[in-house]
Amino acid sequence: MNEIKIYERPKAWAEGVHTHYCPGCGHGILHRLICEIIDELGIQNDTIGTAPVGCAALMYDYIDVDFCEAAHGRAPALATGIKRTRPDKIVFTYQGDGDLASIGTAEIIHVANRGEKLTTVFINNAIYGMTGGQMAPTTLIGQKATTCPFGRDPELAGYPMRMCEMLATLETPGFITRVSVARPKYIIEAKKAIKKAFQNQIEGKGYSFVEVLSNCPTNWGMTPVQAFEWTESTMIPHYPLGVFKDFK
Amino acid sequence: MAKGRINVLEEYCKSCGLCVEACPVKVLRISDHINSKGYRPVEQFKEGCIACKMCATMCPDAAIEVYKIEEKQ
Amino acid sequence: MARVLMKGTEAIAEAAIQAGCKYFFGYPITPQNEIPEYMSGKLPKIGGAYVQAESEVAAINMVMGGGSTGTRIMTTSSSPGISLMSEGISYIAGCEIPAVIVNVMRGGPGLGGILPSQADYFQSTKGGGNGDYRLLVLAPSTLQEAVELTQEAFDLAEKYRNPVMILADGFMGQMMEAVEIKEHVSGDLPPREPWALGCMGERGSKRSILKSLYLNPEDLEKHNIKLQKKYREMDKEVRSESYLCDDAEILVAAFGTTARIARSAINNLRKEGIRIGMVRPITLYPFPTQTIRDLASSLKHVLVVEMNMGQMLEDVQTAVCGKAPVSFFGHAGGIAPSVKEIEDRVRSIL
Ligand SMILES: Cc1ncc(C[n+]2csc(CCOP(=O)(O)OP(=O)(O)O)c2C)c(N)n1
Ligand code: SF4
Ligand code: SF4
Ligand code: SF4
Ligand SMILES: [Mg+2]
Repeated sequence: MNEIKIYERPKAWAEGVHTHYCPGCGHGILHRLICEIIDELGIQNDTIGTAPVGCAALMYDYIDVDFCEAAHGRAPALATGIKRTRPDKIVFTYQGDGDLASIGTAEIIHVANRGEKLTTVFINNAIYGMTGGQMAPTTLIGQKATTCPFGRDPELAGYPMRMCEMLATLETPGFITRVSVARPKYIIEAKKAIKKAFQNQIEGKGYSFVEVLSNCPTNWGMTPVQAFEWTESTMIPHYPLGVFKDFK
Repeated sequence: MAKGRINVLEEYCKSCGLCVEACPVKVLRISDHINSKGYRPVEQFKEGCIACKMCATMCPDAAIEVYKIEEKQ
Repeated sequence: MARVLMKGTEAIAEAAIQAGCKYFFGYPITPQNEIPEYMSGKLPKIGGAYVQAESEVAAINMVMGGGSTGTRIMTTSSSPGISLMSEGISYIAGCEIPAVIVNVMRGGPGLGGILPSQADYFQSTKGGGNGDYRLLVLAPSTLQEAVELTQEAFDLAEKYRNPVMILADGFMGQMMEAVEIKEHVSGDLPPREPWALGCMGERGSKRSILKSLYLNPEDLEKHNIKLQKKYREMDKEVRSESYLCDDAEILVAAFGTTARIARSAINNLRKEGIRIGMVRPITLYPFPTQTIRDLASSLKHVLVVEMNMGQMLEDVQTAVCGKAPVSFFGHAGGIAPSVKEIEDRVRSIL
C-alpha cells in the first residue's frame, strides 16, 4: 500500500496560525483559495495584499505575503499607489460588502474605470459582519439585520446593489465575474476565477474583479451548514453567478 | 473508485460541520473529544473515503489533509 | 540649474522631481492646480506616473500605497482637500509610511474662499485626523526656501518614516520669483527601505506588514509610545530664523508670507529707532518654543501676526509662558496684513 498526500495546508498560509473567524465562515475558505493560488502560481515573494476594514482586517496574519492595511473602503486607491510604483508585483484588494459597496463605492468604481492592473476579491456576505450584523448595501429585501430589524424595506433602504452588473457597464475593459463558496462545486469554480484574475495581472492585462457570495453564520443566526444553504437558495437567485465581462 | 483517507489537524478544526455535510460518502462526523480551543474536531469514523477532497475544499481552516491510497500491483 | 523665474507652484513641482519624486497622486483644487498640471506633463516622460484621483480621499490613499513600497511620493492640495485627506494622513502616520504633502492654504472654514490664508495651522500641527500622531510641518517664506524645503521633505519623511507637510499659502503658490533648483538626488535613489512592500524576496521571504491596527490595548499603547519617542527625535529638526532679535524689546512672531510682510515693517520701524525683531518659525512642528522662551524675559511685548484669526498665537503664548505680554494681529478671508497695519499696531503697543 502506498499513500500519496493529495491535499495539505497551502504554503502561503502563515505557519501555525489559527484564524479569528467564526466556525464555518467563508472568509477562511476564500483565504485558503488565495493561498493555494499563490502557491500554484509561485508568486509568494511577489504578491502585495491590502487588508480591508471588516472581519478580514487581520488577514495579513494569515496569508504570508507583504501587506498594507487600508482604511475602510480605500483599498482600491491604496492598491493603485502600490501597483503604480511596483508594476512588477502582483497586487490585490480583499474587501467586504460594507467596505466595497458602501463606504468605498467611489474608490471601487474608479479603480475599475482606470483599468488598474490589479485584482479585487469582493466577499459579499450581505451584512456588516465585524460591527455586529448591521444592514449592508447588499442585504437582501426582507433580510433582517440589527439596523433593519423588520427586514430590509426597499422604500427605506433601496434595493440590494449588484456590484458586478454595475461595474460591467463601464467601457474600460476588465474581467468581472461572480462566484460563490457555498458548496464544493462552487468553490472549484471560485478558485478558477480568482486564479484567472491573478493570471490576468501576471499577463499585464487590466483590472479583474471577482465577487464571492459567502456567508456570516454568526450574524445571520444560522449554523454554518444552514448559512451556506441560504447563500445558495436566497443569495444566488438575486446575485446570479457568471462572467459579466472578460476584456471585451 | 479511488481509495483514500483523511488526516484532521485537530487543533485547527472549529467543528463547523461543513466537511461533514460536503463528504459525498458520509464518512465524517464531529468527534466526542475536544481540542485545546474547546472545539470537537471532526473525525473519519469509517472506511470508504474516496479521496475526492471535497472536505478539504470546504474547510475554512485548512484543517484537513487528504491521502490517496494506491494498492500495490 | 541656473536661477530662473518661476511660479511658486511650478517651482515646488520641479523641486520634487529633482528630489527623485516620480509619482504624483492628486485632485484639482485652486490655488495649487499648476502642481498636478506640471506633474501630469513631466512624470510620464521620466518613467513615473501621474494619477488624477477621484477625490482627495483616494489621492491620499494612493500616496499611502506609493509610500508603502518605499517610493518617493507626493501629493498637493488646498485646505478643503487636506480636510478630506485627514483620514489617510492619520493612517499614513500610524503605519509609519513616508510621504510628502503640500497644502497651499486658502481661506476657510468650509469652502471658504480661494484667496491665500494661513488658517490651517491648527489642522497641520495639531491633527486633522484622529489619534496621537504628528506631522513634520515646514513653512517656507520665499520660493527658494520652498524649493529647498520641498526637497528636504523627502529626506525627512524617509528618515523618520513619517508624513511631512509643506504648509504654504496661496501667495507663495502664485507669486513668481527667481529660484535655483538643484538636482537633489543624482543618479539612483537611495535603496528601498528594508520595510518596503514588494521586497519580500530580498528579505529572504520574510514579509513586511504595514498597519496601524493593534487590538490589544497594551500593544496599541506600546505603538503610541514608540511614535511619541520618534516625535521627540523629530524635535531635533526644529528650525527658525531670528531677525534682529539681539537687542529687541518687541518681538514679532510670524511664518510664511506673513513673515515677509512683517520683515518690511520691522525694517521701517528700526529706522524710527524702535528695537524690534522677529522670530520666524520654519518648522511649525516641531515648534521653536525654546528660541522664543529664551528671548521672552528681555521682551516688552510679543506680537503674533498671521493670516488667520490667531492660531500659531497659542504656541507662542505657551513659549512666552507669561514672561511678556502677547497680542495678535491678523486678517482672514484672503486679506493679507499690510506693512502699514503692522507698523501701526507696533506703534500702538509702544
Ligand atoms: C471610517 C470607518 N467607519 C466605520 C468603521 C466601522 N466598521 C468596521 S468594519 C465595518 C463593516 C464591515 O463590513 P463588511 O465590509 O461587509 O465586512 P465583513 O465584516 O462583513 O466581512 C464598519 C462599518 C470603520 N472602521 N471606519
Ligand atoms: S462575524 Fe460573520 S463574517 Fe465575521 S468572522 Fe464571524 S461569521 Fe465570518
Ligand atoms: S476526501 Fe472525499 S470521501 Fe474522503 S473524507 Fe473527504 S470528502 Fe469524504
Ligand atoms: S470543515 Fe474544517 S473546521 Fe469545519 S469541521 Fe471540518 S475540519 Fe473542522
Ligand atoms: Mg460583509
